[in-house]
Amino acid sequence: MASTQSYGYTAPTSVDETLSILASSSSKGERTQILAGGTDVIVQMRSFDKEPRLLVDVKQLSETNEVNIGDDEIFIGAAVASGVLNENQELKSLLPGLLESADLIGSTQIQGRASIGGNLCNSSPAGDTIPALIADSAVCVIANSSGNREVAVEDFVTGVGTNCMTSEEFLLGLKLPRPSARTGDAYLRFIPRTEMDIAVAGAGVSVTFDGDGVCTKARVSIGAVAPTALLVAEAADALVGTTVDDAALRAAEAACSDAASPITDKRGTVEYRRKVVGVLCRRAGAIARDRALA
Amino acid sequence: MAEALDLKAIGTRPIRPDGVEKVTGRANFGADMVLPGMIHAKVLRSPHAHARIKSVDVSRAAAMDGVYAAISGKDMPVEGANDLGINILARDKALYHGHAVAAVAARTPALAESALDLISVEYEELKPVLSIDEAIADGATLVNENMYTNGDRSQPPSNVAAMQTIERGDVEKGFAEADVVVENEYRVPTAHQGYIEPHACIASINEAGRATIWCCTQGQFDVRSMTAGVLNKKVSDIKVIPSEIGGGFGGKTTIYLEPVAVKLSELSGRPVKMVMSREEVFRATGPTSATLCRVKVGAKNDGTVTAATAWLAYEAGAFPGAPVGPGCMSVLAPYDLENLRIEGRDVLVNKPKVAAYRAPGAPQSMHAMECTMDDVARKIGMDPLDLRLKNAADEGTVAPYGPKFPAIGLVECLKAAKEHPNYLSKPADGVGRGVAVGFWFNIGMQSSAEVRIAENGAVTIMEGSPDIGGSRASMCLMASETLGVPYETINAHVGDTEATGFCNVTGGSRTTFATGLAVVQACEDIIAQCKERAALTWDLDVEQVDWQDGQAVPKPGVNADVSPLSLADIAGSAGRTGGPLLGRASLNAQGPGASFSVNWTDVEVDRDTGKVDVLAFTAVQDAGRAIHPAYVEGQMQGGAVQGLGWALNEEYIYDQNGVMENAGFLDYRVPVASDMPMIDCQIIEVPNPSHRYGVRGVGETPIVAPLAATSNAVRDALGFRINDLPLSPPRVLAALEENA
Amino acid sequence: MSKMHISTMVNGQPEEALCEPHQSLLDVLRDEMGLTGTKEGCGTGDCGACTVQLDGRLVCSCLVLGAEADGKEVTTIEGIANPDGLHVVQQKFLEHAALQCGICTPGFIVAAKALLDKDPDPDETTIRYWLAGNLCRCTGYDKIIRAVQDAAAELAQSS
Repeated sequence: MASTQSYGYTAPTSVDETLSILASSSSKGERTQILAGGTDVIVQMRSFDKEPRLLVDVKQLSETNEVNIGDDEIFIGAAVASGVLNENQELKSLLPGLLESADLIGSTQIQGRASIGGNLCNSSPAGDTIPALIADSAVCVIANSSGNREVAVEDFVTGVGTNCMTSEEFLLGLKLPRPSARTGDAYLRFIPRTEMDIAVAGAGVSVTFDGDGVCTKARVSIGAVAPTALLVAEAADALVGTTVDDAALRAAEAACSDAASPITDKRGTVEYRRKVVGVLCRRAGAIARDRALA
Repeated sequence: MAEALDLKAIGTRPIRPDGVEKVTGRANFGADMVLPGMIHAKVLRSPHAHARIKSVDVSRAAAMDGVYAAISGKDMPVEGANDLGINILARDKALYHGHAVAAVAARTPALAESALDLISVEYEELKPVLSIDEAIADGATLVNENMYTNGDRSQPPSNVAAMQTIERGDVEKGFAEADVVVENEYRVPTAHQGYIEPHACIASINEAGRATIWCCTQGQFDVRSMTAGVLNKKVSDIKVIPSEIGGGFGGKTTIYLEPVAVKLSELSGRPVKMVMSREEVFRATGPTSATLCRVKVGAKNDGTVTAATAWLAYEAGAFPGAPVGPGCMSVLAPYDLENLRIEGRDVLVNKPKVAAYRAPGAPQSMHAMECTMDDVARKIGMDPLDLRLKNAADEGTVAPYGPKFPAIGLVECLKAAKEHPNYLSKPADGVGRGVAVGFWFNIGMQSSAEVRIAENGAVTIMEGSPDIGGSRASMCLMASETLGVPYETINAHVGDTEATGFCNVTGGSRTTFATGLAVVQACEDIIAQCKERAALTWDLDVEQVDWQDGQAVPKPGVNADVSPLSLADIAGSAGRTGGPLLGRASLNAQGPGASFSVNWTDVEVDRDTGKVDVLAFTAVQDAGRAIHPAYVEGQMQGGAVQGLGWALNEEYIYDQNGVMENAGFLDYRVPVASDMPMIDCQIIEVPNPSHRYGVRGVGETPIVAPLAATSNAVRDALGFRINDLPLSPPRVLAALEENA
Repeated sequence: MSKMHISTMVNGQPEEALCEPHQSLLDVLRDEMGLTGTKEGCGTGDCGACTVQLDGRLVCSCLVLGAEADGKEVTTIEGIANPDGLHVVQQKFLEHAALQCGICTPGFIVAAKALLDKDPDPDETTIRYWLAGNLCRCTGYDKIIRAVQDAAAELAQSS
């Protein structure tokens, strides 16, 4: 490594301070990395990416720690630990699928640190919260020097481990529409064990029904079966206008399997992922339906 | 005999003597030790699975600020360039990805790590040999150009380092007599012991050439002799102090770091500490062999097995020494067979050198046999336990590997299983149940023990078997039983190579048996001395004194008006009767006594994802005599879960270049708490006639049967068999689609 | 590299240390403060041997930077017992033979105590999932789960 930069750590206490640190490092050509829960960042800097950098801890900002449940909108700060989130009963009743996706990230110990924002910024194809966020129509709130900008989660991740933020920006949090009545969400993933694994495939579903029990809106997103989580319009279309019965769910299952373009790796084969992602969509769809109609 | 014993301490479940240290964080494990002036070393490892090392230059690393010493294989003595020495530091060739090539000692671990980047190694890449099929194919690339099968130079060199055959009777005749014949081929993947504590040591050597090594090991005396061999030193120049050990399962019966640390200490004049990362543990230590096994069993319709053959090939890694011998010994051992043939092969591949793993070799070969037996039972419509009972080895049966079994407990285990409520309750719809038998022959070997009595009568045991699973508690219980004094007055210590007499490794399920025998005999030495002291005190002949309930008493009919003398009484006045009480024993224990088991498990398979859930698991095993039943159950439960992990998800996954892709606990998937049910245990006690209290080793047998039990349960649930392990979701789902 | 100065409360005592910016809390505890009861099994958050509480929340100390612990409270295995004796979880681990080699035990005890502090009456499934991040290779988990169940029962009785 040619760089003379050494490791640094700083924990700014305001958005402006954070942005100015990022801008200053960027102008000097120094590498920075945002640190939230650290459960991905610290593993990476110990294994395949040891290059020194300035770690900018964003856990001291009030914005990144905020959870706000409004009449129309819900805001979840980027650094709120999943364990903290899952103690919020109101949020749990509004977005059970999203909270389950956050709860699936690692062990109790990992839950004490890992955040939805961090999971998203890590931008792994297998990130559990990403399909759940997409299903729930979440929008990223990104801080930059000209104010905040907003990007839909499905447009945020641009490839394996990459996203649309510049080195002078950071994620403040996520904005989600407050679910309307008769709306339910669910996220399921497949792992070989019961805990501690990375998703082999994942599916998030959100469905809204009218008073007659007909699905009026649906969003389906799948993970770990393409370079980024995918929003599968065909699967949603298969559900809208139906009661989300078995036939509709089977159609959505097929749509997800068709949409998947997975790879074979140590966690699963192409064939396996293609099949199982459909199964997960079908099962998650049934859970989301039951929640919406409960 | 042993049944008639009126036992007071043995069979109880007291708290282990080292317990408080371990629940409070005080106990010192391998990486916990620090020494003044200590520096830290790191190892540079080969990025290639097979390459000629054309040159290694450590000079730039050695010149870096904060670096004290840097070495490569050529800095090690040529006399130590045996398989062990070459595995520790490569010489001419890198033989697997992760093979140690050079090492650096520096002020901090981080500095040592960054100095590794300054070492230049010139490699000439060679084609790696990555499977048994590749290794034994005609024209295969040779892992070692000088390897001749069984040393026979009349044949061309080969990747098959050794072959062995066990034969009895006439198998062709046996198969001809059979009503059904089942033949199948099974693959079991490479698995790692997965001890939670990475290898660690500190070495310090002085200018007189005397080295001291602190390390986590299953055998301090083995570390001493192996390190001496690699460094071409005398064993008497090396002292090894064992720390507490954070799991071994066989993987800490060999060495990886110690000679390197000693060499770096010699060059730097400082104590050198080395701690492996988890990744290094996976890439360069442990694992056990992947295998390819073909088994054929012929049986009559009444269940009588008329013949059995086994063809077994074991991956050794890059050096000979796969557990093919024990695999051959075990495969047919549960059965009384007239006609059998077992053929074993030790096969070199470009993977890490295998190390012992709990019943080395037996889980793989017995998986093949027990799956085949399950298919035989199905074909003839017999209960799988009845089929085993029909053919079970018992006292007097000649084992396939030669000796006649003394009293063994297989039949008792099978009968207990048949009556067990968990077996009598039939599995629910959709749930599969699988049965299998496990076996390990166990070993004896050499042990020493000293028993020292303090002036208040407290007992200190000094022995040499590193305590992996509560063995100090067992030693104290046997001493309590023998001496007749309370367990709470006894403590046990594992001594260093200069504090205790020679002792073989903690392995082979020998500790409670062999070191236990030494402790019992050392206690008997104490009793003999106490009787002499009492006789002296009472002015009686020693023949007139008895030892009862921890006291010297006159024998019945001896006319002496004296009060009994307790151990404390005698110890308190020992200065007046001949000096301190010190008992000792050393032995080469014979007749370890084989331990058999019967396991069954109930599983459910998700037909949409291929996931296998273990709903219940029951282990029945002959322990001879359970000294501390909780730790016997602990062995049974721990072995069961290791076996279940191997059956379900554990495997080394390699890319086409021979690079392990899952070198971490994230993707080398050992079972977690939420994967497992409670493991129900039933201990059977058929005493081993060769041990004072009937002990058989129990540590290894438990991992053997779970592999086939799981396979058989999945077979039962699915309606068809999957031969290979692990039964990971992708494999099961692919099989479901194939059989749809 | 310039070292950072951190001030923390460890097991109720103020502790100060100098650490590298990228050094883990685990390394700071073990190497700078001499608290070696917290163990390293993997360094990647997959085994739980390094479990501690950070401001009351369970974390893998290998995945926390020492710098992040500045101004925070840390509880390690060394802080679980008190002058009156062992914590009931420690006592039950001993009584149930819930440890064999003992390397994972500190992490399990810190995690199990945190569970009972939060949920005094957990069922078996809850215990198993709560402890899923703590690997044990010796016991097969059976006796660990029973020890935690028994500790919960004893705490319920004494309260």
